[in-house]
Amino acid sequence: MSATASASAGIAPGDLQLSVRGVSKRFGGVRAVEAIDLDVHKGQILSVIGPNGAGKTSLLNMISGFYQPDTGTVTLEGRDITSSRPSQIAERGIARTFQNIALFRGMTVLDNLMLGRHVHMKAGVLSSFIYWGLAQKEEIRNRERVEEIIDFLKLQDLRKQPTGALAYGLQKRVELGRALALDPKVLLLDEPMGGMNQDEKEDMARYILDVNEEWGVTVVLIEHDMGVVMDISDYVVVLEQGSRIAGGTPDEVQRNPEVIRAYLGTSKGGGTV
Amino acid sequence: MADTASGKRLSEQFTLPQLLARNVAGHPDAPAMREKDRGIWITHSWAEYDRHVSDFANGLAALGFRRGDKTTVVGDNRPRLYWAQIAAQSLGGIAVPVFQDSIASELVYVLNHAEVAVIVAEDQEQVDKVLSLRDQLPSLRLVVYDDPRGMSDYESDILKSFEEVERLGREYAAAHPSFLKDEIAKGKSTDVALFAYTSGTTGKPKGAMLTHANLIGSAEGFIEVEELHRGDEWLSYLPMAWVGDAIFSLVLSTVVGITCNCPESPETVQRDLRELGPQIMLAPPRIWENMLTTINVKAADASPLKRRVFEYFRRLAEEVELERSEGRAVPGGKRFMHWLGEWLVYGPVRDQLGLRRLRWAYTGGAPLGADTFRMFRGFGINLKQVYGSTETSALVAVQKDDEADPNTVGRPCHGIEIKIAENGELLIKSRGIFAGYYKQEDATRDAIDPEGWFHTGDAGFVDPRGHLVIIDRAKDVGKMADGTPFAPQFIENKLKFSPFIREAICFGNQRPYVTAMIAIDLTTAGHWAEKRGLAYTSYVDLSLKPEMAKLILGEIEKCNAGLPAETRIKRFLLLTKDFDADDAEITRTRKLRRSFIAEKYAPVIEAFYGGATGAELVSEVTYEDGRKATVRSDVVIHDIGGAAATRKAA
Repeated sequence: MSATASASAGIAPGDLQLSVRGVSKRFGGVRAVEAIDLDVHKGQILSVIGPNGAGKTSLLNMISGFYQPDTGTVTLEGRDITSSRPSQIAERGIARTFQNIALFRGMTVLDNLMLGRHVHMKAGVLSSFIYWGLAQKEEIRNRERVEEIIDFLKLQDLRKQPTGALAYGLQKRVELGRALALDPKVLLLDEPMGGMNQDEKEDMARYILDVNEEWGVTVVLIEHDMGVVMDISDYVVVLEQGSRIAGGTPDEVQRNPEVIRAYLGTSKGGGTV
Repeated sequence: MADTASGKRLSEQFTLPQLLARNVAGHPDAPAMREKDRGIWITHSWAEYDRHVSDFANGLAALGFRRGDKTTVVGDNRPRLYWAQIAAQSLGGIAVPVFQDSIASELVYVLNHAEVAVIVAEDQEQVDKVLSLRDQLPSLRLVVYDDPRGMSDYESDILKSFEEVERLGREYAAAHPSFLKDEIAKGKSTDVALFAYTSGTTGKPKGAMLTHANLIGSAEGFIEVEELHRGDEWLSYLPMAWVGDAIFSLVLSTVVGITCNCPESPETVQRDLRELGPQIMLAPPRIWENMLTTINVKAADASPLKRRVFEYFRRLAEEVELERSEGRAVPGGKRFMHWLGEWLVYGPVRDQLGLRRLRWAYTGGAPLGADTFRMFRGFGINLKQVYGSTETSALVAVQKDDEADPNTVGRPCHGIEIKIAENGELLIKSRGIFAGYYKQEDATRDAIDPEGWFHTGDAGFVDPRGHLVIIDRAKDVGKMADGTPFAPQFIENKLKFSPFIREAICFGNQRPYVTAMIAIDLTTAGHWAEKRGLAYTSYVDLSLKPEMAKLILGEIEKCNAGLPAETRIKRFLLLTKDFDADDAEITRTRKLRRSFIAEKYAPVIEAFYGGATGAELVSEVTYEDGRKATVRSDVVIHDIGGAAATRKAA
């Protein structure tokens, strides 16, 4: 899809795209994230796994600008975005979905997706009101892109449905659609399969793979379903209690004794559990 | 529809590609086809239609397509899949449309039996299915896909995109400018145009060979009794493998010039229907019943005043329709209220359903409940019955506007002779009678007798008005132990008129009394349960609830009231799953495969007649991904009325 922003990005597949260096975050006395490094390469599907409270969502929140890290830096394609606001980060090409769905429930699927394109709208209030010239062209171009996404995610029959009335699995799909409407270079997905049944999970895994392969979007994924993670990820990073304890291909991670200890809690690990 | 210049019928002179050329010459800019893509209806004129057909046909030729080669299309209704069929026919090939939801093993049989050389598949899902079978398909030489989504990484020497074939076609046409014209001119009306595989309620599917003359002749017979105009909107949403869709979307469109509209996806059909507002429509009973359910559910959710107004006018509509159909005069007061209802209820409801511009609509394939039929007619929808079959090129009998009747299928179309054989079987002679089953001479000889009568396999009679009435499949009509004739489908259809019953099968041949296995309708029965605060988790769970058994018992008693005492249902049970084509219990067009079911459920039938109070249902279910599992559950056999006494006597 030529309309995807990543096509115009100055870096080639495999190059370092998103880099997190020594990022920490404390909430009062709780160390949510402790000096984490993370390298995401263009075109990768990177999964972040770890037990509950390991700091996965906090890490995602720092990348997307929702939290300000206490220490460390986040760079996107060589540009420091550590202290950028969420809206600026979105404009630079990082889109995300949320663990708890964050859609406008009273609005239709179509309107939710159109909203996802707001960063690509440049027309002013007056010209939008008259709906002529740039505003009209922009609206048509944006609608075209949104329709591509609707087609891609097979949402045709739900275009005019209020999102609040949709089944949970479909809402998750709409949220993915809204993130895609941004034409992101990097997509952050926070438990996109949480609460889904097996069929819905398989569909979602298919969509994530297609987004990655066909549109060249880099994906950072938080997910609890290990089957899915090991199936679709190129690289897996394991967090425990705010620290990174392992990283590697799915095979390497599955064999790593540290990871097995963190998940199963063997007696040799000593005191941390 | 006779051609005045030569006095000959179209069906005696032309092939479909030749008629396409006539359309392009006559009205090149008229809309031939529309497809909804990305939310917008995109129109293709006859000139564009022809350009795509030509390019694709030339492309096929460049890739080595020979006269007589078979081309399969598989997928939802898309313009390109229709063009591919006409393109193959332009080169003297044969179109073999197949059901898009066929599982791999069913596809293998048909594709091999037809020796298919080219497959045009809608999307990645269909391509995957075809490529997974490649080793088993020795005659397959080319697979073409329509939707490029997800196809970028595929590497197969036989796989090409539709655009690529069209591009090759343009190159080929530049080098061989008169090739295609000559090929189209070579076509004769007696050439086979289409293999329509019958759904096969017994054994393997059979490929009915339909010639251009059969298809065009059947269309001509229909035009002589029904009003059709060029530019009439037709929604192409029925499965392409069903001959009914072929007759409208391929044949009537090229013969008359009706515009075919392909919906965006199977899920959007209802919305697309409303946007389109077609003038003509054909739908199986299930669709009409679904529409009725939609109306009723919406009415139930409306405010009390609106609900009361709706209920009043709904009852009025049915009364007026009944009086009209019985030829009684409708009193003036009622006529006025009915006129008022048109403004308040009927018109708006038709508009909501997308049926406002409808000139006529047909229901066919299975009987539609008389109440449903009358309600739609009372609401101002000119709904009528149609009868036909694959081997007769779809259309045999239709009803005239003033003769609509839920109990008959109407008068035979122009040029169709009918006869009732001694065993009650309906025999037909017409231009639409097929050329035989492909590679099955025996079956052909069984179906067409030496005098040219086609044996439909349907039992029926002609009523005093001259209308044809279909009772059941002739081979299913049996006798009960005491000699009473037993037509299972007749009873099953009565049962299925209940909104809570999705499928039913009755037993009774050579038996002392009639029994039934019932599959509930999860949507309506589930809704009924929810309204009563009855919690359930799944189909199995709901069907095992005693409350559900009581509800269905009531429905069966209603059905029994309309049956002679001997053929009333005495015992029944509720199945823990619906009949499923993937389990081979019904065909893709939802016809029961009786002998298969009787074999599969043999222990249950024994329990029915052995007097047991329960039975174990062991069903092997096939999941969407092909995995199989066995589900066991104990179900109760319910007795109706004085059944216990009957059983003792037996």
